[in-house]
Amino acid sequence: MGQPDLIAADAPAGQPILSLRNLSTSFNTHDGVVTAVQNVDLDVIRGECLGIVGESGSGKSVTFASVMGLIKPPGRIVGGSILLDGLELTKLAPKAMRQLRGKQIAMTMQDALTALNPSMTVETQLCEAILAHDEDIGSLPRRQQTRRARERAIEMMTLVGIPSPAKRLQEYPHQFSGGMRQRIMIAIALVCKPRLLIADEPTTALDVTIQAQVLELIAELRATLGMSVVLITHDLGVVAEQCDRIVVMYAGQVMETGTADEVIGKPLHPYTRGLLGSMPRLDDPETPIKPIPGMVPSLINFPPQCRFYSRCERRQPSCLAEIPVRVQSPGHSVRCLFPETQP
Amino acid sequence: MSTAMLTVRGLVKHYEQTRSLAQRLLGKRRTWVHAVNNVNLEIQRGETLGLIGESGCGKSTLGRTVLRLHEPTAGTINFDGIDVTAAPNDALTSLRARMQIVFQDPYASLNPRRTVRQIVDLPLMIQGGAAREEREQRVQAMLRRVGLRDDQFGRYPHQFSGGQRQRIGIARALVTHPDLVVCDEPVSALDVSIKAQILELLAELKGELGLTYLFISHDIAVVSYLADRLAVMYLGEIVEIGPTREVMDAPRHPYTQALMSAVPRVEVHARRKRIVLKGDLPSPIDPPAGCKFHTRCAQAMPRCASAAPSAVAMNADGSHQASCFLYDQG
Repeated sequence: MGQPDLIAADAPAGQPILSLRNLSTSFNTHDGVVTAVQNVDLDVIRGECLGIVGESGSGKSVTFASVMGLIKPPGRIVGGSILLDGLELTKLAPKAMRQLRGKQIAMTMQDALTALNPSMTVETQLCEAILAHDEDIGSLPRRQQTRRARERAIEMMTLVGIPSPAKRLQEYPHQFSGGMRQRIMIAIALVCKPRLLIADEPTTALDVTIQAQVLELIAELRATLGMSVVLITHDLGVVAEQCDRIVVMYAGQVMETGTADEVIGKPLHPYTRGLLGSMPRLDDPETPIKPIPGMVPSLINFPPQCRFYSRCERRQPSCLAEIPVRVQSPGHSVRCLFPETQP
Repeated sequence: MSTAMLTVRGLVKHYEQTRSLAQRLLGKRRTWVHAVNNVNLEIQRGETLGLIGESGCGKSTLGRTVLRLHEPTAGTINFDGIDVTAAPNDALTSLRARMQIVFQDPYASLNPRRTVRQIVDLPLMIQGGAAREEREQRVQAMLRRVGLRDDQFGRYPHQFSGGQRQRIGIARALVTHPDLVVCDEPVSALDVSIKAQILELLAELKGELGLTYLFISHDIAVVSYLADRLAVMYLGEIVEIGPTREVMDAPRHPYTQALMSAVPRVEVHARRKRIVLKGDLPSPIDPPAGCKFHTRCAQAMPRCASAAPSAVAMNADGSHQASCFLYDQG
């Protein structure tokens, strides 16, 4: 494995590298306003792996597309703040944002085959990021730039565990398997040693044995590069194994935040409980699954009330109002008036 | 066993790769995708056999070939005493009333230009023999049973969510009162909470209608919830088969062991030692000689590269079998 430079730990551990406060992102549609992300508060602590869990339409991808500045009309960030190491991203000019993206903070997309350019070789795509962001290489004379970028690309391919990297750099994305494509995306995301990696469903399209390889790779790189990781997924098993803390999202809101042990072991929100109850238990297939009735409501012009109300078995008339987030114990908070405190 | 609802013996399905005219003129040899290779299995009446394996291992091909949606290259399929492989086309039509399939993709498998009522009515119309009113009654009863409201019967597939579409797909499969249903990844495209709803529906319907399932999925947790027995496929072959609990708790084939260890578990303190397989699945066009798994197997021995292991009984009654030389020192 190539030996990448360690990122200087220039700030104390335990401090958030990324802080979202009251973040709301909405999309104007013909039928009305869809608030895909509403008043989201979350912190990514330096060096941690934070898991974002939720089903389709929960707003988990839109939240981090907002962080990356990737929201395009008709969508827009309607309020709140995004602080990356104290820098307010919502007020940043597009050019400054472009400087940041890929260098400080990088994101891998769910579907590697559509995210990679099918008509460019892997080398071109990797070198593009290097030439755009790597200042050391950028300051070299032209001719050396290409050569150094290529060396760096080979280094990255080795880092993510692709065999015969020099040869495979010449190939196009379709010539790689699903697991290898996901590795290439991770290689592109890591090429400038970002301090924060956002991995959006990195293993959803992959088979379990390949999923194990990719998750192992991310954990290994997090340890060697000292970066923070946000793992977006709908698979509770993946977050339970990989993450330090978990944020559960539903219909655009954060429903529960806590350490992995708390959220999985002592879930407070009825939705978190429902998700856990919906999964067949591998250790005990005799336990019947308990599905959540109904489905995710349409978010078009959604009234100010608990967003889980229509599917909740603990609902009360008082739930038909804006529900505040309450801290149940240090580090464990929930957006529910009647959290389940019984085990 | 005479009670078996489905008996598959030596089933082989190879697809020929298309060659362009230029390739043919340049003398490119014919190549075949070895999708299913020499598969033997039995499904008892009322049982659920879970078929697991990774993408490309041939599990869907196996499920479809059993219904003769694909013509088998070799081997025999016997359904309730009837030789499916030899059945002429008209016999096949009436046979298929008794063996149905629920497809993976609830978007692509429903005709977008037909209403739900028409979609579910079609199998009955093809089978013939029932008057219009009777068919309508059966269609309505079935749609209600899978959880659709009466006012939704005239709608088109695009007006439904993924979970509801899968309910329609299930209604279409069950409306002819089949005995055997092949469920080909029926919940893979669905969200966690919806997945649980559909799994529960499938379990209920099995009890009510006395169904036999061949349940195909790559999601081991899902399969283990429904299946009485599990069959594990790798590159077109069944490498291990046995009672669900035994295969999950004490897998014997090195591939099953790696597969089981790779499944993420929700239990927080369950961070176990994982067997991470090296490399990717070999191409089924040119599968490795000998044991197909030897290229990725940590316990491979010299003989694995040259000879193919046959199934060895892992327990006294032979209900648990694995095809691996570790257990066949002979």
